[in-house]
Amino acid sequence: MINEALLMNGYGLYVWSAFGFTLVSFASLYIITKIQYTKEKNKFISKFGTLNSERAAFAKSQSINKEILSNTSSI
Amino acid sequence: MFKYFEPNKIFLITSKAPKYVLLLFMIILSIGLTEALVLSPEDYKQSHSVRIMYVHVPAAWISLGIFSSITILSVIGYIFKIRNFFLISKSLAPSGLVFNVIALVTGSIWGKPTWGKWWAWDARITSMLILVFFYIMYLVAWRIYENNDKVFKITLIITILGIVNVPIIKYSVDWWNTLHQPASINILSKSSIHVSMLFPLLIMTAAFALFSLLIFLMKYNTELIKIKNKGLDRL
Repeated sequence: MINEALLMNGYGLYVWSAFGFTLVSFASLYIITKIQYTKEKNKFISKFGTLNSERAAFAKSQSINKEILSNTSSI
Repeated sequence: MFKYFEPNKIFLITSKAPKYVLLLFMIILSIGLTEALVLSPEDYKQSHSVRIMYVHVPAAWISLGIFSSITILSVIGYIFKIRNFFLISKSLAPSGLVFNVIALVTGSIWGKPTWGKWWAWDARITSMLILVFFYIMYLVAWRIYENNDKVFKITLIITILGIVNVPIIKYSVDWWNTLHQPASINILSKSSIHVSMLFPLLIMTAAFALFSLLIFLMKYNTELIKIKNKGLDRL
């Protein structure tokens, strides 16, 4: 039964490689996108840390900045 | 109306949405893969190789849909001077490119057992290959001119030139005598595909659409944070 599912009347190699390629492409794109996101977010957090208290308070008053800082594990 | 497309308002939603979209994608993909690889029947002519359709067709549909969306957003963004539409387009492009490549590679794999060869310079396949080049040009233009206002005009021109190719891809199988089979699914008339194959195909399409939404949200959030990083530099 398992052999039948894997071999698929001799078409298994084609079917599994097509599905495999698709899933590997998905995983690669997801990982690359996540790395880019994390990198930008870390850059933002470290830049935010270098601001003096007055500038930090001003930056924090913007809702989007507040959201980035509060949402550290959004993805 | 366009005030609803302000990045500040959108970010409140897009920053929270990815985890839910990822969960939904995993569920739909699991159902789709079970249907496509186990439950759906084999074809009387193509046998099990027909299962490649469940990744090939959704990938092609979504890559065409994304390119069309990018073009529409770029045109509207340029006319009404809404920069956020360009940002949305830019965030959509990477998944569009990946789906286009998946459609070409899985089509090539399907071609070997069906036509006896990996590649043919057939109208449908060649026009899909041309679309890959338009996606690459679009992304390269963003990379080169990112900090220049020229980028809006250049990417708009690329999408307008590229969109001419989209109806060619769609109708190539009707206009020319091609190796590629004609469409089996028609919205306006009766589809020639059996419901036992149509159902997994639609489930896989939903899964692929969710994946492109997930990547779009992650890319869009990255772009917004990039802009905010520049904003902090100016403080």
